[in-house]
Amino acid sequence: MTDHSDIDTVSGTATTGHQWDGIKELNTPLPRWWLITFYLTIVWAIGYWVVYPAWPLISSNTKGVFGYSTRADVAVELANLDRIRGEKMVALGAASLADIEKDPALLALARARGKTVFGDNCAPCHGSGATGSKGFPNLNDDDWLWGGTLDQIMQTIQYGARSGNPKAHEGQMLAFGKEGVLKQDQIVDVANYVRSLSGLSTRAGYDAAAGAKIFADNCVACHGEKGKGNPELGAPNLSDKIWLYGSDEATLIETITNGRGGVMPAWEGRLDPATIKAMAVYVHSLGGGK
Amino acid sequence: MSQPLIQPSRAKSMTIGESGLALVFTVTAFLCVIASAKAVDRPFAFHAALAAAASVASVFVILNRYFDRPATLPPQEINGRPNYNLGPIKFGAAIAMFWGIAGFLVGLIIAAQLAWPELNFEPWLSFGRLRPLHTSAVIFAFGGNVLIATSFYVVQKTCRVRLAGELAPWFVVLGYNFFILVAGSGYLLGVTQSKEYAEPEWYADLWLTIVWVVYLLVFLGTVIRRKEPHIFVANWFYLAFIVTIAVLHLVNNPALPVSVFGSKSYIAWGGVQDAMFQWWYGHNAVGFFLTAGFLAIMYYFIPKRAERPIYSYRLSIIHFWSLIFLYIWAGPHHLHYTALPDWTQTLGMTFSVMLWMPSWGGMINGLMTLSGAWDKLRTDPVLRMLVVSVAFYGMSTFEGPMMSIKVVNSLSHYTDWTIGHVHSGALGWVGFVSFGALYCLVPWLWDRRLYSLKLVNWHFWVSTLGIVLYISAMWVSGILQGLMWRAYTSLGFLEYSFIETVEAMHPFYVIRAAGGALFLIGSLIMAYNLWMTVRAGEVEVSSPVALQPAQ
Repeated sequence: MTDHSDIDTVSGTATTGHQWDGIKELNTPLPRWWLITFYLTIVWAIGYWVVYPAWPLISSNTKGVFGYSTRADVAVELANLDRIRGEKMVALGAASLADIEKDPALLALARARGKTVFGDNCAPCHGSGATGSKGFPNLNDDDWLWGGTLDQIMQTIQYGARSGNPKAHEGQMLAFGKEGVLKQDQIVDVANYVRSLSGLSTRAGYDAAAGAKIFADNCVACHGEKGKGNPELGAPNLSDKIWLYGSDEATLIETITNGRGGVMPAWEGRLDPATIKAMAVYVHSLGGGK
Repeated sequence: MSQPLIQPSRAKSMTIGESGLALVFTVTAFLCVIASAKAVDRPFAFHAALAAAASVASVFVILNRYFDRPATLPPQEINGRPNYNLGPIKFGAAIAMFWGIAGFLVGLIIAAQLAWPELNFEPWLSFGRLRPLHTSAVIFAFGGNVLIATSFYVVQKTCRVRLAGELAPWFVVLGYNFFILVAGSGYLLGVTQSKEYAEPEWYADLWLTIVWVVYLLVFLGTVIRRKEPHIFVANWFYLAFIVTIAVLHLVNNPALPVSVFGSKSYIAWGGVQDAMFQWWYGHNAVGFFLTAGFLAIMYYFIPKRAERPIYSYRLSIIHFWSLIFLYIWAGPHHLHYTALPDWTQTLGMTFSVMLWMPSWGGMINGLMTLSGAWDKLRTDPVLRMLVVSVAFYGMSTFEGPMMSIKVVNSLSHYTDWTIGHVHSGALGWVGFVSFGALYCLVPWLWDRRLYSLKLVNWHFWVSTLGIVLYISAMWVSGILQGLMWRAYTSLGFLEYSFIETVEAMHPFYVIRAAGGALFLIGSLIMAYNLWMTVRAGEVEVSSPVALQPAQ
């Protein structure tokens, strides 16, 4: 069977003499460049094993002459990062919010830090441009549920709203419909009255006087006599054009029927104090800070 | 059978295989009905009912087949020529095409979901459930059926002997596809053990083990009874694929079910050991399923189609053994810069780099086999597809070792670059070599002439354009992503938030989806072409290859 005299006419190379289903194999030697490259990779690998941790032993492993370890690498990188931002971050942590506002260097640092942290922590709800969405406030405008001064923003970030943190902002809007406080037609009246506060059109034939009466009896306690809101209670201003859940009649009816009370988590404990401070400065600088 | 009736009145009786299998499936059907009734979760009840139905169907088919067949079993040879067993191969080839289209379609859907998240429909059609459906459908359902079908064909032809067993090859093909059905429907129902490329739960794993052992026995049984003095190179690769996949499957999947009547189980391994086993499995699924198995296809179909001898026997033997030996070490490169010990990472990386030339040995043998027949690439788009697949193989087996180097990996890992790398191998290499093999195999099996070479040409160009769009989009997006993740400002803060990096990916995700759509269109052209080949193609008279043994 083995017939080494079988030469392939195209290449001039001998075949191995076998064939399978008509397929023959040439006896071409290994390509030299292939073999040399293969050997080089092996030599390189052996060299790498000498200088880096490589082979397991009984209770340990070869450490390599460079004494390399990934953990040491991480420690070095973290130390480098600390060196770059460490002192400044300490200064930021020590400074009061008012001091930061006055010191251009600290202010720039706080805004840079705040921007990064905002993107990874706040953007999922408030949007990467902080423009918010239904139920999540826009942070660029000057309408603030819980107050827009630096200290108030800081407090909101630190403890959150209805977050379970003991210092969190509390206070919920009552579900006036579901709790049976107001009847359906009363809700329609007061919803239209609320729309009128900010100059929105009202349903034809709604009882304005009844709406005003219901508002005075049920809503002013939190939203104030003219619906200007109260940041102490997180009660939104109802007389401006900014609406958290929507200003159309159906949404207002839904709001009054079921109440509202969005949750913002507390960031204290998740982010270090200097970072929270930086974030407060960043949010304050977005345009609407008071 | 056109055999002369020489055995007039031999009493017909069931073989041990027929009666035994019928009995086993009868018992299985009862057990599955009980399991379905006692199931603690609904997906398990569904799967047990499915298994019961399949068992009953099996018993029916076995008995029906027995009553239909003549008293004697099909002969091993007819007029001195091997009587090749082609039925299971036909089934495998046809269903591979079906699963391929399904898998590509699901891939397109999840690509679109990444570009437009609104396309997620919870819970069944969410990305989390469709993604394993896509990977399993293309790798195991499409690739696996191509491998089983071609291996059954190649081993018969190159050993010049009929496939071992009568029911066993059918058991392998049908049993394997039942596994696919259970695995895939399980993903949609939320059944998963959450190990990448090994998502099926314990009962599917057990069933696959049985099927796979039978596969090994059929293959070995055929090789052992071969009429050729030597074992053909493709069969080494098929055997390495079958044996190693068995080992990988068993070692990666030992699990304890919470209840024998429930779908949930817990893996025996924990923590970093589990991760190591998982990626040792995962990488060698690439190595032995997607590389060794498809190299076997290359080693038969390229020389056959080009009608040229294989370039170098010596290279085939050296690159086979070095590939087998080195691949099995490379898994840890999936776990660079993790809790995995440094020494393990070093070994994973260095063995991956040493793997470069052994991988390229296959490419050299594939491409150089064309020497003296390069002109055929102009006229034969099937051969062109096979050869381009080898070029993609060469490209991704260079890219792989490069990405395993730690400094490169620190940029590429967890980014879309990995996805691009995988798809240059999956679409370019595995996809094209499978398409080329099926374009050869279907006309041979059905004894037809291929319906249209022009359509193959269309398939080739549409799909190639799709692949180029896909991988270039992922390269750009992956490197961009990696650079954005690691960018620091001069003040020492991250330059970009994660969501900004996600936004930056959007245009590339759209391009990727477009590439995937082209690849899918190509496969639809192919399916039409093969369908017309089988249905309407005129009977090939010039060379009835299928029934002709080797000289």
